[in-house]
Amino acid sequence: MASNTINIIVKIWRQNGAQAKGQFEDHALKDISTDSSFLEMLDVLNEWLARKGNEPIAFDHDCREGICGMCGAVVDGIAHGPEKETTLCQLHMRSFNDGDTIIIEPFRTKGFPIIKDLVVDRSALDRLIQAGGFVSVNSGSPQDANNILIPQNVAEQAMDAAACIGCGACAAACPNATPMLFLGAKVSQLALLPQGQAEAKARAINMVKALDCEGFGNCGNERECENVCPKGISIRNIARLNREYLKAQFSYDE
Amino acid sequence: MSWFIQTCRSSLGKKYIMALTGLMLGGFLVVHTIGNSTIFWGREAFNAYAHHLHSLGIFVPIFEIGLYSIFFLHVITGVILFLQNRAARGEQRYEVDKSAGGRTWGSKTMPYTGAAIFVFVLIHLANFHFVEKTEILTISDVVTAVLNNPGFTLIYIVGMGVLALHISHGFWSLFQTYGISHPRYDGPIRNVTWAVAAIMIVVFVLITLLLVVSQNHLLG
Repeated sequence: MASNTINIIVKIWRQNGAQAKGQFEDHALKDISTDSSFLEMLDVLNEWLARKGNEPIAFDHDCREGICGMCGAVVDGIAHGPEKETTLCQLHMRSFNDGDTIIIEPFRTKGFPIIKDLVVDRSALDRLIQAGGFVSVNSGSPQDANNILIPQNVAEQAMDAAACIGCGACAAACPNATPMLFLGAKVSQLALLPQGQAEAKARAINMVKALDCEGFGNCGNERECENVCPKGISIRNIARLNREYLKAQFSYDE
Repeated sequence: MSWFIQTCRSSLGKKYIMALTGLMLGGFLVVHTIGNSTIFWGREAFNAYAHHLHSLGIFVPIFEIGLYSIFFLHVITGVILFLQNRAARGEQRYEVDKSAGGRTWGSKTMPYTGAAIFVFVLIHLANFHFVEKTEILTISDVVTAVLNNPGFTLIYIVGMGVLALHISHGFWSLFQTYGISHPRYDGPIRNVTWAVAAIMIVVFVLITLLLVVSQNHLLG
């Protein structure tokens, strides 16, 4: 079956650095295959820009199969674009119509300074993970299987939280510009499991402290984050973070 | 106590303060609604209710100071959150301002409905609290005088609508803030939120409309 093609106009954000002033640039693209991914469409645009001697558009990407968390941009006002539970690289041009004008912007929050064009510095999320510290595990001889019993439903919930790929879309979509869903998921995945219990209180306290140092906002329970999360992580994990933090502050022995 | 101050100053701590003070203000509102519904039974019932309330003596000023403290804590924390959140977004906003489906009218307008309610409360206190009431000029007369004025009728009805919008996000949100969330009762809490907001607002609006339709309801 021959693939369909569409003609589109992309209105894309160009910016040279965190301090530089940015602006939108319009490009008309012809004969874009609807089977191509969104990033492939950007590749086509960049090929064309390079051939004309212009600077290609900088954008983050790595695995292009939706599991690394590297890609991400705001497409027509929605982080990772219009398709639910889909990273930008897994979004396909069949989600768009012939003649569409597609507005592409970087993730905008003060905690993610723009490096260039659509590339933002998300190292704040790395610092949150570092603040979370370690998990004590037995490093001696291998244990017998099923020595630590975890009910299936609990394991599933922990896995749901651990599905977070750290892309930062939650902070980008948040009206208050905070990655609270990310933090909720990271605290939850360990708080649910026996292996994470020993450090659970310190982890909750230190991660929230680190979050507040990064200049992010405060969660307003707006639920935009769970609606853009490419891994479908629920704000139940934020509720769990809220519980864990409250519990920790009232009962932590230093 | 440094851990306590640290907790209150954190991003989650400020939300705990908002949720707790919000719950307390909501509790007051429920009592206020029940008390005011004595208006439906006429002048005597309403004046008797006001009289009983004021015969509590020393508890009245203590309760008032407590209520003002909670109210201002809610307002001040709300203003801090609003300014911090606005700063966190940065100067350049999205070209396309679109919701992915999470926001509601209530959640979107929280700081603005909050500010409107603050102004409304000031008007409300000026109307009924900081006016002289005597044996002859009772609370029933004051209420009648205010609510027979079309301007005030409009302010009160709009004020109640704004309050309903604020509660429609706030009541559910406070449970989420304290981590009370489970698929079994997250839905019911949302429904109860709407019911609580609706019941209170219907009672208050009915009182306002009653005084429009039957202007001498409380005079006689």
